[in-house]
Amino acid sequence: MDQSLMLRVRDLTKTFVIHTQGGVVIEVFSGLGFDLGAGECVALNGPSGCGKSTLLRSLYANYKADSGRILIRHAGSVVDMVSSDPRTVLAVRRATLGYVSQFLRVIPRVPTLDVVAEPAVIAGVPRSEALARASVLLRRLNIPGRLWSLPPATFSGGEQQRVNIARGFVLDYPVLLLDEPTASLDADNREVVMDLMGEAKARGAGLVGIFHDREVRDRIADRLFDLPRQEDAA
Amino acid sequence: MTEAGGYNFAYLDEQTKRMIRRAILKAVAVPGYQVPFAGREMPLPYGWGTGGIQVTAAVISGQDVLKVIDQGADDTTNAVSIRRFFARTAGVATTTRTAEATLIQTRHRIPEHPLGEGQILVYQVPIPEPLRWMEPRETETRKMHALSEYGAMHVKLYEDIVHFGRIATSYDYPVRVNGHYIMSPSPIPKFDNPKMDRMPALQLFGAGREKRIYAVPPYTRVESLDFEDHPFEVQRWDEACALCGATDSFLDEVVTDDRGGRMFVCSDTDHCQDRRAGAPAGKEEAAQ
Amino acid sequence: MTQFAASAADRDGPFAGSGFPGGYVPGGYVSGRHVSDRESLDAGGDRPLIEVENLGYAYGSRVACRDIGFTLYPGEVLGVVGESGSGKTTLLSCLAGRLSPAAGRILYDRRPDGPVDLATLSEAERRLLIRTEWGIVHQNPRDGLRMGVSAGANIGERLMALGHRHFGQIREAAAHWLAEVEIDTDRMDDLPRSFSGGMQQRLQIARTLVIGPRLVFMDEPTGGLDVSVQARLLDLLRRLVAEMNLSGVLVTHELAVARLLAHRLMVMKGGRVVESGLTDQVLDDPHHPYTQLLVSSMLQV
Repeated sequence: MDQSLMLRVRDLTKTFVIHTQGGVVIEVFSGLGFDLGAGECVALNGPSGCGKSTLLRSLYANYKADSGRILIRHAGSVVDMVSSDPRTVLAVRRATLGYVSQFLRVIPRVPTLDVVAEPAVIAGVPRSEALARASVLLRRLNIPGRLWSLPPATFSGGEQQRVNIARGFVLDYPVLLLDEPTASLDADNREVVMDLMGEAKARGAGLVGIFHDREVRDRIADRLFDLPRQEDAA
Repeated sequence: MTEAGGYNFAYLDEQTKRMIRRAILKAVAVPGYQVPFAGREMPLPYGWGTGGIQVTAAVISGQDVLKVIDQGADDTTNAVSIRRFFARTAGVATTTRTAEATLIQTRHRIPEHPLGEGQILVYQVPIPEPLRWMEPRETETRKMHALSEYGAMHVKLYEDIVHFGRIATSYDYPVRVNGHYIMSPSPIPKFDNPKMDRMPALQLFGAGREKRIYAVPPYTRVESLDFEDHPFEVQRWDEACALCGATDSFLDEVVTDDRGGRMFVCSDTDHCQDRRAGAPAGKEEAAQ
Repeated sequence: MTQFAASAADRDGPFAGSGFPGGYVPGGYVSGRHVSDRESLDAGGDRPLIEVENLGYAYGSRVACRDIGFTLYPGEVLGVVGESGSGKTTLLSCLAGRLSPAAGRILYDRRPDGPVDLATLSEAERRLLIRTEWGIVHQNPRDGLRMGVSAGANIGERLMALGHRHFGQIREAAAHWLAEVEIDTDRMDDLPRSFSGGMQQRLQIARTLVIGPRLVFMDEPTGGLDVSVQARLLDLLRRLVAEMNLSGVLVTHELAVARLLAHRLMVMKGGRVVESGLTDQVLDDPHHPYTQLLVSSMLQV
């Protein structure tokens, strides 16, 4: 894999078999492939329901691809997220591959500041530094300081989404997956998130995202990757 | 052996004595280890020294000179009856003098006079298992002994310090024998614990109800459990013995009248008499 | 699988496995890879803590579990989920040495001599492991605590069993661990029976972790607790597992608990493992019909 390549996807196929509904088979996509370079942002493109989120989750190995390869540059070598064992996948997620989902999965009782700092702490950043990074991000994303010590469970949707974004940027992941990062944000915060993504690209990170917001897509994405319609894929 | 009144020598039949001697030999070979034995019914209730009597009966010979004490005294009911029991069933000589005895059966004390080689001290033991209060299961306590899992033993001492600021256990204070087994020294005051350490006499322990025998061979290391920062200590008294003036013996508090009068006297009556016979008068005599 | 050039020095740092928090090696990225004691989770030269092969157990003619196999590395928590009677508790009992497996074997990386087949250990050796390297958190705190002695003594006993003989230091350790599990140190000399269920469970965790174990078996650790109490306990366990780089086997029927604590999941049904993998993968993209049923039956996991 070329040194400037961060991520290479080949022949990726994903189907769901829903046993609870009589074994219905849903083919989401098959034979997908694309490359992601350093400092590049690829926007997944296609109509609603074509499997953009499924692809993003498959890249994170949150969904298990049926076949194909997801090669990612990790710790000086190349790892296949499809065939690697769980420990390797976790190691990649811890240090290399970040994921900003649409919704924050709230951990009971953990204060917002710690929720944000956690990925850095787990990756081995000293706690004080991780908290400092978390504070900077929360401030930039306009989360009032009085909320930092509270668990985000009771926050509004927009606040939770910003906490989620801060969590995704607290570590400088070489590859970042973003699922609608600006949904439910106001104009100011949308601007901040675009800045964050721009800065990530500038330091050489590769981004894969789903951006329904055209303005965001135009400003951040370098290319579009078109997912075929489901009926086409089948 | 007319005095035996039809009883076998020392009451027990020879097969039983042989069985008990085997248990004693095993106990001596594994210091501090509780050896089960087929305890017999004795003509006195459990708790009155049935274990000690069986051990004494198994080791006593016609030439022995027997002393029996209860809480240090030769003249209490329990001591008197056991002494008479053996005088009658074994026809042995008895004494109250520690130095003259070859075999001493005791309940709750070790004589003050140092014991020597050739003497045997037989303890009456009510509860032989030192781990029992922490662990009610016999199967489990046996494993704990076998594997030296003695963390629980210090828990009791820990709790003492927590509740009383010091190790308040003053009787039946647990000891470690020969660096291995933790053993109950029977309910002797911890004042007596140091006497067990490297004692030249053989120490045998008999528990009648629980049917256990254990032993400390002569010159065996016996350490009292403690903490580094709360070392083992024995009881001390501000008073001297009111009768003999001893300041280094274990004292009993005796109430002398119904107006709150009291005095402290040696618990070891033989020791006290010895001192009064040969030594300067105690306070009481001096006062008269 | 790609191999990483992880050096032994990185893995076995001064704090590795010492049981004390704060073992992180600072450093961020060093030539593209991360250096920390959490490296033990990475694929690399380190070896499994426990390897289970074809494990089976039967109660008479009723097979409780069969053909169970998995590998657990240092720092990993494996969740075992399934409904009552699926064999998960039997599996835990086999692992923890309470039951002798009828089939298969369990290799454990014992200090200092390396992997041993647990079946070949004497009872003395097995109990030594439980005292020195393992911890067991029972569902019912009464099974793991001495209810008749103080909270401090419950924690201290584990140290005293290892030969600690300094009262002051034992008190200090007990106070430290009470604070770690968020019990007021004022309660140190109180009996556990005066504690609430949640406190008793936290005390049990303190008693388990005070010796700095390498492997902890957890049997429904949050079972029977109120939801708010459960959350606090989960949060606590999560933090301690990460700080101490603990390995664990967590048996639970609550998928939400498994999601928060376990890195990997095994789904058991009828004594067999029907699906296993990364926790979020198994829960978000279940493949086996039973797992799909299990996940879809849960409220909001």
